[in-house]
Amino acid sequence: MTILQTRPEALRPSGGTLIEQFEYGLDAPICLTWELTYACNLACAHCLSSSGRRDPRELSTEQCKAVIDELQRMQVFYVNIGGGEPTIRPDFWELLGYAVDHQVGVKFSTNGVRITPERARWLASTDYVDVQVSLDGATAEVNDYVRGPGSYDTALRALANLQDAGFADAKISVVCTRQNIGQLDEFKAIADRYGATLRLTRLRPSGRGADVWDELHPLPEQQRELYDWLMANGESVLTGDSFFHLSAFGESLPGLNLCGAGRVVCLIDPIGDVYACPFAIHEEFLAGNVLADGGFGQVWQRSALFTELRSPQTGGACSSCAFFDSCRGGCMAAKFFTGLPLDGPDPECVQGYGEAALADDRSIPAASQDHSRRMPTRNEPVMLTLQRREDAVVAAATPPVSACAENPLAGFVAPLEGITS
Amino acid sequence: MAEILDEAWSLSPSVALRPEPFGALAYHFGNRKLTFLKRPELVTVVRLLSDHRDVRDALDAAGVPEGQYGTYAAALQALAETDMIRRRDQEAA
Ligand code: SF4
Ligand code: SF4
Repeated sequence: MTILQTRPEALRPSGGTLIEQFEYGLDAPICLTWELTYACNLACAHCLSSSGRRDPRELSTEQCKAVIDELQRMQVFYVNIGGGEPTIRPDFWELLGYAVDHQVGVKFSTNGVRITPERARWLASTDYVDVQVSLDGATAEVNDYVRGPGSYDTALRALANLQDAGFADAKISVVCTRQNIGQLDEFKAIADRYGATLRLTRLRPSGRGADVWDELHPLPEQQRELYDWLMANGESVLTGDSFFHLSAFGESLPGLNLCGAGRVVCLIDPIGDVYACPFAIHEEFLAGNVLADGGFGQVWQRSALFTELRSPQTGGACSSCAFFDSCRGGCMAAKFFTGLPLDGPDPECVQGYGEAALADDRSIPAASQDHSRRMPTRNEPVMLTLQRREDAVVAAATPPVSACAENPLAGFVAPLEGITS
Repeated sequence: MAEILDEAWSLSPSVALRPEPFGALAYHFGNRKLTFLKRPELVTVVRLLSDHRDVRDALDAAGVPEGQYGTYAAALQALAETDMIRRRDQEAA
């Protein structure tokens, strides 16, 4: 966590593609996720932030407002709020209002627990707030398997409340797993039924996801199924650009084909720690802290880690791959948490190089933080009692899967390529 | 296509421009669209629109060579499609 004395001047080429420009970083992020709390009422098996218990060091209301003030100054036009379950923070609605009043639009991820009819009506009356409900199965059986008993009903009730209140275009966010890939059409039907938009994201071995990744991540033939489905339905679903590793099947998927970590993407965690990406909560990717290091802007613009991530990277074993231009070696977090080299293939490389790499010697990095609950709860997904790691006393609660699951270019409009030529 | 050159335009009231090393990022608070203006010259033009009688005037003030007016007209047209810029006489409506 080093903050440089002066802002590093990148030797940025002029012109070039937007992606090339993004690789050198931006003055402020365009896909900022802010997790407000590690507390959660659920205990999803694959929680990317190992949430469950509140951390006593979590930012106070005033400290959160100071962060929002800074985001306004930096012209961060919107932020993805998640957790933990952000809505169980007592000051959640106050902070939401404060952000919107300061030109910081919000999309928040929730498991639906606090989306009552009254809240839904309030949300429907507010501009600049978007709601995203997490759902990881189109049926209760598949969803509750990973998200815990009752979580399917909670999510659907929230969607119904939003619809009844006239809230337009809520998002339904689905983490694609081995168990639910076969339900893509059903998910779409649920979204249509609630006047919502479906958003599909990739399961990454982050947080507690590391414990269950082997069992949950889609099989190679399912990746193909997902790719074909996205090619056929891509126009009407959001993906957070999280499947660019699938572009190595052939045609590129629409969106940004780039790992944006520390370049256009980052995470502020509940205690103000700034990580390169919401899926990279590990000291290895910790850039600094908004309280200790002079504010978010300082960390974003001057941290040694982000400076390094914005310097040209090598493709390693991937450089000779014909699909490197679109796939770019896949997801940094997926590689890191499966113990693979960061400059080699993604563990789910669709050309099959990931499986080979996984079969080699590797050591999975130990988690550097864990806010999982220490005692089991009645909300705990059943699979954990079947599948528990020997060393874990208990698995814990999760937040809605938020993330760079968020599209770094939400609502991305033509980058005016024509103007560069 | 060049019709726009003779019309009066300005940045939409719901749009904010954030300067970036390569140009600017435009964010529309209403439709939540994000667009990247990849040339500093285009940013200048967009900022100048409201002070000028028509687009042609703004391009001239920004020092854009006449040979490139077509390219800029197309870029502005694209910005208009997502309401990043708005025709001035529509504002009252
Ligand atoms: S999720 Fe993976 S690919 Fe996306 S920004 Fe994070 S590390 Fe990069
Ligand atoms: S070898 Fe690397 S670049 Fe090629 S498809 Fe696999 S992960 Fe992508």
